Amino acid sequence: MDIPYTVQPRPDTGVYNAKMGIWLFLASEVMLFGGLFSAYVLLRVGADAWPHGWLNIPLGTANTFVLITSSITTVLAWVSLKNNQFSRFKLFHAITLVCALCFLGIKSFEYRDKFMHYEITLANGKFADGHLIGKSRDFDLAKKTGSVTLHGYEVDQEVDLMDLHRPEARHIQREEITIPAVEIKKMGNYGPWHNTYTAIYFTLTGLHALHVIGGALVIGFLWGPGSRMWKTDPERFTNRVEVSGLFWHFVDLIWIFLFPVLYLL
Amino acid sequence: MNDGRSPEPVHSVRGYLFVYFALLAGTGLTVWASFIPFGSREINIGIALLIAGVKAFLVAGYFMHLISERKMICNVMGFTAFFFLSLMFLTLYAMHDFPPTTVTH
Repeated sequence: MDIPYTVQPRPDTGVYNAKMGIWLFLASEVMLFGGLFSAYVLLRVGADAWPHGWLNIPLGTANTFVLITSSITTVLAWVSLKNNQFSRFKLFHAITLVCALCFLGIKSFEYRDKFMHYEITLANGKFADGHLIGKSRDFDLAKKTGSVTLHGYEVDQEVDLMDLHRPEARHIQREEITIPAVEIKKMGNYGPWHNTYTAIYFTLTGLHALHVIGGALVIGFLWGPGSRMWKTDPERFTNRVEVSGLFWHFVDLIWIFLFPVLYLL
Repeated sequence: MNDGRSPEPVHSVRGYLFVYFALLAGTGLTVWASFIPFGSREINIGIALLIAGVKAFLVAGYFMHLISERKMICNVMGFTAFFFLSLMFLTLYAMHDFPPTTVTH
């Protein structure tokens, strides 16, 4: 059975079915991310203090450049097919895939950094903050045995950890600190459970990363085994590339808002 | 082999490259502007979102061809934009609509 309107435009919509489908899907995606952006606004406004400078701006900027580059290679891959240049399509789509993997690699590095970053509430009321270097073999917080070593610093109040963009924060000297378990009141890393900022950061970027993975899988299929269709039905194949490209541009578009909202503001 | 192609115009590569470099410049501008104290954080947020809005227009309009797309698709996305903006408006409106017993900071 032939699926209708895979190539020819449907008379009532004026476009082929897959294109109409992807636009409707993207409309639902706008509302999905819209709901999460709305949650972000409410959490931020309701917070006593909102963190600044917790994320690595050069890495976030690099990831933005990577996604924008992948967007233009996607559109150039489609243009190549329109111009009957299959080898150029393969090249541009390969670059898109490399960019997708690069984006995910940088994001994984950032996630790992957050899971290695600890805030420790000390028994004397102060706070230690830094990246975990190691724990002694007998470290057990419940039994109060052993010690933990961080590369970081101590502050008097928790609020001092919030704004790392303030002038004083730029002069903080980080050093190796070893803290015995008996001096630790509470200890936790900067995972999604740390506070509402990390919760919404991991939710938004995690959902976005899932979209990157999904898009990369589809683009990888069209670059590899799926590209055989070019020989049998080139126009339909070109349409598939266009539809996957529309999704990929949407992923880029979401990141355009996520980057300033989470990294810069 | 490709005689049956749709007669859509092939967009100029030069135009796409122009949009690409505009997006890169916009990203640099966003980062630079975030470190400039414009008087209040609200102004910084407004400027960053304005630049992001222009970049989003470039991606949607030119890479996704929305500015030259069929009326049906423009209508679908127009409705989506309306509901998205309504959601944001309701969110902002809710910030000023606390119950009388709420303790604000």
